[in-house]
Amino acid sequence: MAISRETIEYVANLSRIQLGEDELKKFSDQLAAILDFIDKLKNADISNVSPTSHILPLSNILREDAPKESLSASQALANAPQERNNFYIVPKAIE
Amino acid sequence: MLNKLTAYELLEKLKKKEASVNNITTALSARIKETDPKVCAYVRLDQPGQINQCGLPISIKDNICTEGLNTECCSKILAGFKPPYDATVIKKLKSAGISIWPNKLNMDEFAFGSSTENSCFGPTRNPWNLDCVPGGSSGGSAAAVAADEAVWALGSDTGGSIRQPAAFCGVVGLKPTYGRVSRYGLIAFASSLDQIGPLTKDVRDNALLMSIISGHDEKDSTSADVAVPDYTQSLSGDIKGLKIGVPKEYFIEGIEPETRKIIEEAINKLKGLGAQVAPVSLPNSQYAVPVYYIIATAEASSNLARFDGDQYGLRKANIQNLIESYKQTRGEGFGQEAKRRILLGTFALSHGYYDAYYLRALKVRTLIKQDFDRVFSEFDCIVAPTSPTPAFNIGEKSADPLSMYLSDIYTISVNLAGIPAISLPCGLTKSGLPVGLQILAKPFAEETIFRASYAYEQSTEWHKIKPKL
Repeated sequence: MAISRETIEYVANLSRIQLGEDELKKFSDQLAAILDFIDKLKNADISNVSPTSHILPLSNILREDAPKESLSASQALANAPQERNNFYIVPKAIE
Repeated sequence: MLNKLTAYELLEKLKKKEASVNNITTALSARIKETDPKVCAYVRLDQPGQINQCGLPISIKDNICTEGLNTECCSKILAGFKPPYDATVIKKLKSAGISIWPNKLNMDEFAFGSSTENSCFGPTRNPWNLDCVPGGSSGGSAAAVAADEAVWALGSDTGGSIRQPAAFCGVVGLKPTYGRVSRYGLIAFASSLDQIGPLTKDVRDNALLMSIISGHDEKDSTSADVAVPDYTQSLSGDIKGLKIGVPKEYFIEGIEPETRKIIEEAINKLKGLGAQVAPVSLPNSQYAVPVYYIIATAEASSNLARFDGDQYGLRKANIQNLIESYKQTRGEGFGQEAKRRILLGTFALSHGYYDAYYLRALKVRTLIKQDFDRVFSEFDCIVAPTSPTPAFNIGEKSADPLSMYLSDIYTISVNLAGIPAISLPCGLTKSGLPVGLQILAKPFAEETIFRASYAYEQSTEWHKIKPKL
């Protein structure tokens, strides 16, 4: 299956990754080859087979909503690229 | 010389006061100084962290959070990240009196790879032949243990990332049952497949370390509430009557003749020890690699969305628009394999392709799991090669992602089925490279794996042969 430049640009935008010109070309070719290989899955008979997203028989693990020990604001912010008054500073999200 | 001993031997020496923790640490530091410039198993050796030298040390892969000690997944996007907390496995080790070595171990960026060439710090080299890869993604962990630069180590395994490097470097590596070991504090790659596990010099150390790190954790809702046995009690050496299946699909295509011969000799050895060996079939094995590269990349694309430069790690400076900041930060911070996998995973989950790729892969995953269920209803374990070839050359597969993906053909289905499997040394090729024997068992049957591997190990000398560095 061929992967067009537009498809790679579309997926890169969904992934929020800026790609260079050389990467656009290279990834189109490589993803096409990988997807050709993956097409092998079309040979598997999956009629009446349910999907496995997880192998343990667990679902909806809940706990009491009670306060517990947690990170302090200064610990939580220790790795922040930019912070002020106990808040993360990020570029503007709305114009 | 203390650095050459196993953890079990060192703990005995400490108990008898024949050595101090300081002696051991000094021996390891000297060894790292001597051989790591060649092997490159550790990263950031120029920035040694603080260590509380109160116990026997352990070395840790760069994707397991250690409080105050850099944990960067060998990625530029996490440069400088010092976790504010310890992973649960690290807490358990500290409670058991084990010290965390102040430098972390090299890996493929975010565990994406089978050769440790995808590290932003450059590749690790195989201690048995410095022109070869150590395997991956836990290549630093395997190489450090093989080179006697670490007593023992933790790695993580999503599709073979503990077992394949263990095989390539001639050490023992276990991928535990999914849910056996808490993933809290393991920087996520593919959450339905990831497990932390031990890489050690022999089977006894592996059992010892598993007894320390296993168990339910309320901070990981996918960890299983199953009692943890003392795994060292499984080391009886007796496997008379043990039922072992050998999957015929693992010996057809792609396996190198020399590897095949060595594995067949190991199987004969197990027969000689009293095991009942019979051929079995895992007919859906052929789909394991394609299923994996849909599910693992889909989960990775979601997990890696958090690396956007808002709260930690790299942020591209002076960009006024938030989305543009994300794109440029991620464009610069992620390496080529990380980008490739995020793009592939996003594609597989995107509108119009979800059913054809992701949902189909989840269904074929069910078939792969059913194959194992069927075999384990009659057999105690399965024996197979860990890898179709011994260690390959650095650079040999790095330009062709698909050929790299295929090097995990015998390890991947274990993660898809959630079962445990070990790799242990079972021979050397004529050119002096180790070959790994893989032993698989049903969920939570690590004891069976330890029993079988200890019996094999004790009847051979492979675990005692060291690389010349």
